[in-house]
Amino acid sequence: MHALADTAPAHGGRRAGVVAWLLLAPLALWLLLFVVVPMAGLVVYSFCQRDDLGRVVYDFSWENYARVFDPIYLKILGRSIGYAALTTVICIVIGYPVAWYIARQRSPLRERLLLLVMIPFWTSFLIRTYAWIAILKSEGLLNGLLQFSGVVTAPLSLLYTPTAVVIGLVYAYLPFMILPIYGSAEKLDNALVEAAHDLGAGPIRAFSHVIIPLTWPGIAAGIMLVFVPAIGMFAITDLMGGAQVPLIGNVIQNQFFRARNAPFGAALGVVFTLLFILTYALAHRRRRATTA
Amino acid sequence: MPSMIEIRSVTKRFGSFTAVNDVSLDIAEGEFLTLLGPSGCGKTTLLRMLSGFETPTSGTLRIDGEEVTHLAPYRRNVNQVFQSYALFPHLTVADNIAFGLRMQKVPAPEITRRVDEVVELVALTGFASRRPHELSGGQRQRVALARAIVPRPKVLLLDEPLSALDAKLRQQMQLELKRLQKHLGMTFVFVTHDQEEALTMSDRIAVFNQGRLEQLGSASAIYHQPRTAFVADFIGEANLLTAEAIARSGTMTRLRVEGGLELEIPTDRWPAGGSKVVISLRPEKILVSKRPLEAEAIFTARVTDELFQGALDRLHLQTESGTRLTALVANESALREAIHAGDAVWCGVHADDIAVVGPA
Repeated sequence: MHALADTAPAHGGRRAGVVAWLLLAPLALWLLLFVVVPMAGLVVYSFCQRDDLGRVVYDFSWENYARVFDPIYLKILGRSIGYAALTTVICIVIGYPVAWYIARQRSPLRERLLLLVMIPFWTSFLIRTYAWIAILKSEGLLNGLLQFSGVVTAPLSLLYTPTAVVIGLVYAYLPFMILPIYGSAEKLDNALVEAAHDLGAGPIRAFSHVIIPLTWPGIAAGIMLVFVPAIGMFAITDLMGGAQVPLIGNVIQNQFFRARNAPFGAALGVVFTLLFILTYALAHRRRRATTA
Repeated sequence: MPSMIEIRSVTKRFGSFTAVNDVSLDIAEGEFLTLLGPSGCGKTTLLRMLSGFETPTSGTLRIDGEEVTHLAPYRRNVNQVFQSYALFPHLTVADNIAFGLRMQKVPAPEITRRVDEVVELVALTGFASRRPHELSGGQRQRVALARAIVPRPKVLLLDEPLSALDAKLRQQMQLELKRLQKHLGMTFVFVTHDQEEALTMSDRIAVFNQGRLEQLGSASAIYHQPRTAFVADFIGEANLLTAEAIARSGTMTRLRVEGGLELEIPTDRWPAGGSKVVISLRPEKILVSKRPLEAEAIFTARVTDELFQGALDRLHLQTESGTRLTALVANESALREAIHAGDAVWCGVHADDIAVVGPA
């Protein structure tokens, strides 16, 4: 917004400025109504209390924030970060080679492979998660296959375990890792890789000294797109974890809809949002340091 | 001198396209050899096989006595200067230059010393801590050069390294490169499509056309004795004319050129068999004057067109017998005679300046 307003005078003074604001108005209104106002509400709620029926009582108190730092919730927050970190690492390990491979292909094949990455988005996220339930449950597809082929005799209990949650998270977020890395890898001039080899770097050192640093912006964007939302994810943990492994997202959801303690849920949400902002600021600083 | 590079019957095919077709070539130690040809002639593919980025479909390559046909690029004692320079954008000038030494695990103090040395050699003192995007095209070119020579490779491969520079800078870099090559005593294999660049810098030139080696020789041999019509036409300019032998007197053979002009060449240049040949005559080798002049073959012609080209005047001539020729004359000759379209002139040609470039 600032950039547009600053350059406006050069393109005809106030009128261009007015046009720029008109063009931005729908977005600004959207952000105001659905981000700024609810966030403000959340902050206000977080300092309130509730009555016995779960109604919000506008009575200022720090109590909710004090409760956020209760070891129970810190443990859940720690677990959420752990699951999100594991999901991110698995997504990088699986997603990087895929993104690199697609980026190195010739044009028609490259676009087709990229389409394969995006096709899952055509189906509702919830339906795809239910499909995983059908695959992982005791009498599901995977167990049927394993028993039929004689690998196992009794069905494995896969669903409603931490493993199922990680599978669900990786499945859901993998494309968000592949796409930004692909974006960086596709821009990488192959002559740079050749130059590294030419100067005596074998495949491993060419990767660590040249390819990784030059695709870092893509990796960083992938981490932002996977790690941050994965911390707050509640649908997958609900459906595939069967409430066995509650994460912070589930706790917040529960406070609002089951425990009917909106003020405490709001306090959790505010702390959580501040954590996001901090993570983003750190990642951004790292990115600026590498591209400067 | 021993051969630094031995290329033996090397062929490279991409699908049904033959990029390099049965090329054999020896490059001496310390030689500046240029691979010259139009785009798509196979010169870059041959260079990439020397650096290891492509593998020959058949044939063998040896560098310094060692067979390298299938050796990975990072195991070869050669370095390349890339056309796009391929400088690592995330590293400083000094780190770019040190990259090869770090990969060789050279001790840190020695790296510093050698990097400083080469930075001075290529006149980049004071730029060592800059990033590539903060440099001009000419400076980037010198970083690429420094990075490639600092590991002291046996052979330096240069893939059209000057093509992105403007004309003035390119001429200056041609001289600098040549001086550097002499100073280092390193074998240089230089790829270009620019014939002037090739003539200026090379000890020998290998002219390529459609994947084949057309002619190999010194700049002056390639220029004065082109062996094929392609070479005559690609390097410099040539009047390419079909001619037939009409008489033989001892060591000389008399030719009648298309259109009717008659010239004489030494008989030993006439190819065995065949009665018709193509001859090449350089435009600047045709002497033109308004007065009779001394030469082995003298004829009269009319100037049909005159094009002013700065230092030179381009004259389109038609001989009395009807042969059309192009001549280049110094814009203002010592005789101070101005030649214009429509003038009748005397022309002269020396037998040595006529090259037979193949059967018609």
